[in-house]
Amino acid sequence: MRSVQYPAKFEYLDEIREFVGDIARKGGFNDKAVYNIQLATDEAASNIIEHAYEGIANGVLEMSCGMSSGAIKIVLIDHGEAFDPSEIPMPDLKADLAERKIGGLGIFLMRKLMDEVHYESHPEKNSNILTMIKRKG
Amino acid sequence: MEITVQEFKHCDMITVKGRVDSATAPQLAQALEAANDGGKYKLVVNMQDLEYMSSAGFRALLAAQRNCKKYNRGEVVLASVPDRIREALELAGFTELFKTFDDSLAAVGHF
Repeated sequence: MRSVQYPAKFEYLDEIREFVGDIARKGGFNDKAVYNIQLATDEAASNIIEHAYEGIANGVLEMSCGMSSGAIKIVLIDHGEAFDPSEIPMPDLKADLAERKIGGLGIFLMRKLMDEVHYESHPEKNSNILTMIKRKG
Repeated sequence: MEITVQEFKHCDMITVKGRVDSATAPQLAQALEAANDGGKYKLVVNMQDLEYMSSAGFRALLAAQRNCKKYNRGEVVLASVPDRIREALELAGFTELFKTFDDSLAAVGHF
C-alpha cells in the first residue's frame, strides 16, 4: 500500500485521481475501470472535503492505495465530522427534472462503480475511515 | 478546465475542455448561469474535448437544465459526449434528462 496525505481542498482532486489512477493502471485495470476508480475516489474525497471538513480550513485527507490479489483497495481517512455514506438515501434516478435531487449522487456513483464500500467512524480517535475495493474483470 | 462560448442564430454553444470536478464545476455553473442571465436558454454543451466530469459537473448541468426548461423557453442539450462520461451520466440516470447528439453541428441544428 502506498500512503499519502493531501490538504482537504478541492484543488487537490487532480492529484488524488492521479494517485489512484496510477496504481490502478499499473495494477492492470483497463482504461474504463481506471476512469471509474478515479471517479469513485473523487466522489469520496469530495464528500469528505465538503461534509466531514465543512467549515474547517486546514483538514487533512490521508489516503492509502494498493493492489492485492487482483483487487485495488483505496482507504481514505479523515479527522472531521462523521459522515456515513450508507445513511444518505439513494437518489431517485427515475424522478423527473423538477423532482430530481441534487444530493446523494456522488455516494450513489461510489457504490455503483466499486465492488465494496465500507465506512467506519472512530470518535475516540477522531477518525473516519472509508474503504473501497474494486476487483479486476 | 477551459470554457468557450459561441453564439449561433438559434442557440449558444458552451464548449468545455479538460476536467470538471468539485474544484472546477463552479466555473461551468457560472458560464451556464451567465448565458441564462443574458437571456439565452437554448444551450449546447459541447463535450468533445472533455476528459473527465464528476457529479459536481452533473449538478451544474442539472441546475442549468431546470432553469432553461422553465416556461418552455429552452433546454440544455449535450454534444459529443465521450464514452466514459456518457457511461457515468447513464449510471446517474442523467441521459433521460438531456438530449444528446453525436456532434455539435447536429446539436446546434436541433434548435
